[in-house]
Amino acid sequence: MTLTQAAITKTIDARGMACPGPLMSLIGAIRAGAVGDTVAVLSGDAGSKTDIPAWVAKAKHELVEVAPADGYSTFVVRKAH
Amino acid sequence: MLEVMERPAQQPVPAASEAKSTAHEKLVIFAWSGDLDRVWPTLILATTAAASGMATTVFFTFWGLFPLVREDRRITGKNMMQKMLAVMNRGGIDYLKLSKLQMFGAGSGMMKVLAKQHQVASPAELLASAIELGVKLIPCQMTMDLMGLTTADLIEGIEEPAGAMTAMLDAKDAVTLFI
Repeated sequence: MTLTQAAITKTIDARGMACPGPLMSLIGAIRAGAVGDTVAVLSGDAGSKTDIPAWVAKAKHELVEVAPADGYSTFVVRKAH
Repeated sequence: MLEVMERPAQQPVPAASEAKSTAHEKLVIFAWSGDLDRVWPTLILATTAAASGMATTVFFTFWGLFPLVREDRRITGKNMMQKMLAVMNRGGIDYLKLSKLQMFGAGSGMMKVLAKQHQVASPAELLASAIELGVKLIPCQMTMDLMGLTTADLIEGIEEPAGAMTAMLDAKDAVTLFI
């Protein structure tokens, strides 16, 4: 794991969920959180690789890190506003 | 034709409608069906839009994915159900069926003869033109997983599989069709 040292406010294990499940879980957590919160979502869904960065860019949050692992990836997103 | 083309020059276009017109320079089609009589117009619209200069995307989901299956991939899928699906629902652009009057192949056969007589490009030709014209053909990753399709099962020249959000963000400022 090469995750950043930044404290992760919340981790969501969405492995096993299909599109758009992991992204919806992430959006829910970002909405519920406070500005500056960092949410990590674990997703094994291949669609997440395009969908999560696309949503983060569009919603103007910050994609801190994408860490690929065996069979899934961890997406770390900071709530920017 | 000429009359239509001359109109903008005669009437000064206000800035507001100029901004509005840029919102119609994109076409996103959600291709849900694998039926010949839906895939055909989908490809005609996509190629026409691209030829007219519109940024065009077709997002293939559910039955719509099967027309993208390569000619040499007869049986796709990992498990029994996915394989049965491929047996019952042959993929490939040359094996599409009509949604009505299929008549065990006679219907789609006759439709292809009629199209040839009227010099309408075949779905296979239109698909090749779409790729040539730079139409973004995006297969839905989730449906691929569901149906047991891999990128190796699909034709070349298409985009990497993506999810619903990618398609939705693309569709936000576009003319959209669900076919």
